[in-house]
Amino acid sequence: MISHDEWRAALDERFGRDLRTRMEAARVAVCGLGGLGSNISIALARSGIGTLHLIDFDRVDISNLNRQQYEIAQLGMEKTVALRETLTRIAPFCIVETETMRIREQDIPTLFEHDGIVCEAFDKPEAKAMLVQGVREHYPQTPIVSGSGMAGIGSANSIRTRRVSKNFYLCGDATSDVASGAGLAAPRVLACAAHEALTVMRLIAGEAEA
Amino acid sequence: MAVINGQPEQVEGMTITSYLVEKGYDPARVAVEIGGEILPKIAYSRTVMNAEDSVEIVAFVGGG
Repeated sequence: MISHDEWRAALDERFGRDLRTRMEAARVAVCGLGGLGSNISIALARSGIGTLHLIDFDRVDISNLNRQQYEIAQLGMEKTVALRETLTRIAPFCIVETETMRIREQDIPTLFEHDGIVCEAFDKPEAKAMLVQGVREHYPQTPIVSGSGMAGIGSANSIRTRRVSKNFYLCGDATSDVASGAGLAAPRVLACAAHEALTVMRLIAGEAEA
Repeated sequence: MAVINGQPEQVEGMTITSYLVEKGYDPARVAVEIGGEILPKIAYSRTVMNAEDSVEIVAFVGGG
């Protein structure tokens, strides 16, 4: 086991002390721990995020394994529990707070009170719209980073980050719908998750533009 | 002319609800911002667009 100071020193070497300190002070909510959310969480934990607030109602299923950061041995586990276990192995100094619940509209006004940034990482378009709507309405000062459009195996070059308004960032190609039957492939979902995680990091660094 | 998703459009006097219906958007899958502020869903039917408005309609698609 390494010490917290050794972990910090390794991150300082990568990003510099200023960004490392900002990352450590940050608390980010990740809503949905599927292909987007599990990958966003791991990318942020590796980057030294201080606190992750992870929310999902679901359990690990065999159909998740093609793109989500779970393992065969974790089948049937709650995703919050499985991902916490994995994050503890990767980044033991990251504080992981979990809530195993399906987010409803009425939960939003209190759920994100302590989060500096919210990541939308749901699967269903109605849930995405509900969360973005609620966070924009109830926390206008809190940036929300959302993902939409990552199905299929089209070029990853069409996946981008767009700043819709001051505190609303949209990652993805905006059009590739899983309902088209195109499926979800790890490389393209990861590209979108990487956009979301990087946007979070850039916001923490104070680089507000998309 | 109002600007919707970056494109000037002749929509003055039209409500958000009628615009969404006309363009085939599913209101349950969109977020609408006017002038950089989110528009509550309950306001869609009574919000009339005018010439100075800059409107963003984000239509979410599935997958994650």
